[in-house]
Amino acid sequence: MSDTKERIREFLSQHIRDNGYRDDDDLFAKGYVNSLFAMELVLFVEKEFALTVENADLDPDNFRSVDAIAGLIGRKTTPETVE
Amino acid sequence: MKLQLTEEQADRQAHFREFADSEIAPHADRHDREERLSNEVIAKLAEQGCLGAMLSEAYDGHQMDAVSFGLVNEEIGRACTAARGLLTVQNMVVQSLERWGSDAQKAQWLPDLAAGRKIAGFALTEPEHGSDAGNIQTQAERDGNSFLVTGHKKWISYGQIADVFLLFARIDGQVSALLLERETDGLSIEPMKGILGARGSMLAELHLHRCAIPETNLVGNVGFGLVPVAFTALDVGRYSIAWGCVGLAQGCLDSSIKYTKSRKQFGTRLRDQQLIKRMIADMMVDIAAARLVCYQAGLLSETDDRDALKNMMIAKYVASNMAVRVAGAAVQVHGANGYSRDYPVERFYRDAKIGQMIEGSNEMLQLMISRYGYKK
Repeated sequence: MSDTKERIREFLSQHIRDNGYRDDDDLFAKGYVNSLFAMELVLFVEKEFALTVENADLDPDNFRSVDAIAGLIGRKTTPETVE
Repeated sequence: MKLQLTEEQADRQAHFREFADSEIAPHADRHDREERLSNEVIAKLAEQGCLGAMLSEAYDGHQMDAVSFGLVNEEIGRACTAARGLLTVQNMVVQSLERWGSDAQKAQWLPDLAAGRKIAGFALTEPEHGSDAGNIQTQAERDGNSFLVTGHKKWISYGQIADVFLLFARIDGQVSALLLERETDGLSIEPMKGILGARGSMLAELHLHRCAIPETNLVGNVGFGLVPVAFTALDVGRYSIAWGCVGLAQGCLDSSIKYTKSRKQFGTRLRDQQLIKRMIADMMVDIAAARLVCYQAGLLSETDDRDALKNMMIAKYVASNMAVRVAGAAVQVHGANGYSRDYPVERFYRDAKIGQMIEGSNEMLQLMISRYGYKK
């Protein structure tokens, strides 16, 4: 997870000049996210972590913070437990 | 690096070149005069797989690669901007729906859209919100299992005949995407006439008064409509327009070369006059450069390169500006004849301008492209 967050922060640092945000800070509320950046973010998650962001994942809450993005990636890359 | 069409791409290019010459170009002037695309041309575009060009075969699409799709847009754009516009809009909606639609939405709409049995519109722009798309005012209010949508959309290509619209509205204050069917109560469609160019594009204004749209028609989720549903569509649109502009410019060049071979002034053919040669050379160079940028955008898109989004914007920006320059030069080469309906460059000149405004005005693209320059 820490590596995931590090890669997310690295991506964000290319777009956000202010690096004083915390992992649980709301990136939307802080005004960091414009439409182009949001699209880049979705594409980054897909390409960097080799996963497909699907219809059901298109929830702002999945992209709201470093923690939220890492959570989405974790859920999509961890195989579900079969009982 | 090797920039060479595959055999399949080259075959497709040759096929669509012949198709555009024989089946589209003869109707282009009529489309312009009558301000509508003929049903037979729409049917032929569908038969040729243009309306679901990149859609996967699972939905009866033709699953073309991006470069092939670009080449098709160039050839159709060389013949008729309005016809190319249908490709643009239909493929924008088809690709966005395939990417972000629910399984039920895809099953219901994609095969019909690919076959041309249904026509799609992309309803984002409003009278007061063009470039400022994030501030659209169309409102969708929850009502049981539906949304009641009220608002006003404008400049909707093929809105006069579209069966379904990918519509953007605010739900709980957030821009979201919905599928709006033409027969919905409360929707009235008003044709727009008398535009400068691309007159066959059958533009319309949509007036929505408490249109009930089932919540199952929501594309993506609430609050994530503009991004990425609209962005996916706009990305396809920019690419299609860019190649269409290359085609338009090629049409201008073809007409200019033909004209200057026969027209005589001062006892010699125009083709032998140095200032004409210079204009022809400049047109050729301009077109060649824009075409390369379009190839690059297509290739990056094929490889899912991180720069693909940026290069789609660059391609649209470069090609649309180029088309305006080349069309202006073509009219100049034709002299007063180019100012008349006797030659297609008059239509190309009017058609070229819209490429600088749609799917992101070139000024908006400049702002977005520049952000990449400041990325660390």
